[in-house]
Amino acid sequence: MGVGLRAERIKVIKGRVQVLAVDELEIASGEIWGIIGPNGAGKSTLLHVLSLLERPDEGTVYFDGRPVNWRRREIMELRRQLAVVFQEPLLLNTTVYQNVALGLRFRGIKGPEAGRRVQKWLEILGIAHLALRKPWELSGGEARRVSLARALVLEPQVLLLDEPFVALDTPTRAALLVELRRLLKGRGITALFVTHDFMELPLLADRVAVLCDGRIVETGRPRDIPWSSWGPYRGQTGEESPYPWPWPGVWTRDEGAK
Amino acid sequence: MRAVGATWEGLVRGIELLVRLDPGVLEVVWLTLRVCGQSTFFSVLVGVPLGAFLAFRRFLGRGLVISVVNTLMGIPPTVAGLWVSFLLWRSGPLGRLELIYTPTAIVIAQVVIAVPLVTGLSMAAFQQLPPKLPAQVLALGASPAQLFWTLLKEARLGLLAAVIAGFGGVVSEVGASMMVGGNILHHTRVLTTAIVMEVGRGNFAMAWALSFILLGLTFTVTAVLTVLQQGRRRYGGWP
Ligand SMILES: Nc1ncnc2c1ncn2[C@@H]1O[C@H](COP(=O)(O)OP(=O)(O)OP(=O)(O)O)[C@@H](O)[C@H]1O
Ligand SMILES: [Mg+2]
Repeated sequence: MGVGLRAERIKVIKGRVQVLAVDELEIASGEIWGIIGPNGAGKSTLLHVLSLLERPDEGTVYFDGRPVNWRRREIMELRRQLAVVFQEPLLLNTTVYQNVALGLRFRGIKGPEAGRRVQKWLEILGIAHLALRKPWELSGGEARRVSLARALVLEPQVLLLDEPFVALDTPTRAALLVELRRLLKGRGITALFVTHDFMELPLLADRVAVLCDGRIVETGRPRDIPWSSWGPYRGQTGEESPYPWPWPGVWTRDEGAK
Repeated sequence: MRAVGATWEGLVRGIELLVRLDPGVLEVVWLTLRVCGQSTFFSVLVGVPLGAFLAFRRFLGRGLVISVVNTLMGIPPTVAGLWVSFLLWRSGPLGRLELIYTPTAIVIAQVVIAVPLVTGLSMAAFQQLPPKLPAQVLALGASPAQLFWTLLKEARLGLLAAVIAGFGGVVSEVGASMMVGGNILHHTRVLTTAIVMEVGRGNFAMAWALSFILLGLTFTVTAVLTVLQQGRRRYGGWP
């Protein structure tokens, strides 16, 4: 079963500007949260804080109910229970296989056990034939899949994804969304993902938070978050806006998945 | 004409000395390799972690420390030799260790020469890595040691350049070896000090011979490091 995350009175200041001010965010064990919001809203910053990579200037993160104290040894143990897919994934200068195996190696998982797991995830993500390639020999979408594989192979308690599907072709993206939700729900993994695509919300998320200027301005079920939550079309309904919303069929998918 | 003749004679003599495994020359070659190998090793041991520290940590006075390191990268070996001999002289603060005019003294002086080179170039090598890389490696669950090792492998091209520069710096210097080693036969005579001595004595052919041996030695060691550096790198090439 996954573990819960909770952020309380988090403040992050970068270059004298407060880029994140989250009063409260509670992600219950096994829940999947989507984070959406305009560019520069602080979504990636929030994800860094929750993945225990960036210590907030103020506030407390609770991991599995206990406050995180940011001491080096303990933080490493906590980090080993989570996996992160970054907005700009950086692959290491070695083969795809080694890149995917790296997190397992850090955890002391080697040999056939590691080989089996890596192979499994390379196959699920359709990149098994690229195992011996170097990062610069991959297409953008293939590299993106490697970054997904290297996180999912860890089979973590908590999964944090920052725009994980941006470079993927739409049919693959749809298939992966459904597959990922099935996987997360099957294992009770707690997850949080950042996206710019409202279509992804009902396919993957249980709950959604809208982040604007570093603050959570709205939370709710995916269907309750309108496409025009911010920006020039703010408050308009789907019929008036140039972007049709809601998309037909999306609701039923959401209800089917529940 | 005489110079050309000496060069040619020197080249032939050098090959001859090596082929015959002349014990006197082999002794000097071996000591050179040992001393320079040790000083390079210790410089890397100190310089690479120091370079990583300067590259990744922010602290008060960091800019000053980096400036000092960069200045010392160009330290004249004679100056390093002078400092170290002050320390090691019988009457000096470390005089009781009785290290002056020993191979160890040469190693110490050469470490002083090479540490800034290795530190400065390692720092640059680490700073060339993407700034967000350490966080992503930590996110994969790396311990501090695993993070360091991973970054080391990522920066290996630049780091091997640092090692090559460090070795080049110590194998080519003569001022420090002379000052703290004293060019004592069977004890502290290395190739560079031997060359200076032979020139002083007017044995140009021998000096040339030794210079070719030194070049050959440097080339061999550097070639091994270069193979390590360039070895498995296989880019498509310039388009
Ligand atoms: N190192 C930094 N120094 C100063 N400001 C920073 C730094 N890093 C990020 N910021 C600022 O922090 C704010 C939040 O950045 P963040 O990356 O969290 O945005 P985001 O919501 O993920 O945006 P996007 O949708 O473009 O990915 C932005 O305004 C950004 O300019
Ligand atoms: Mg972002």
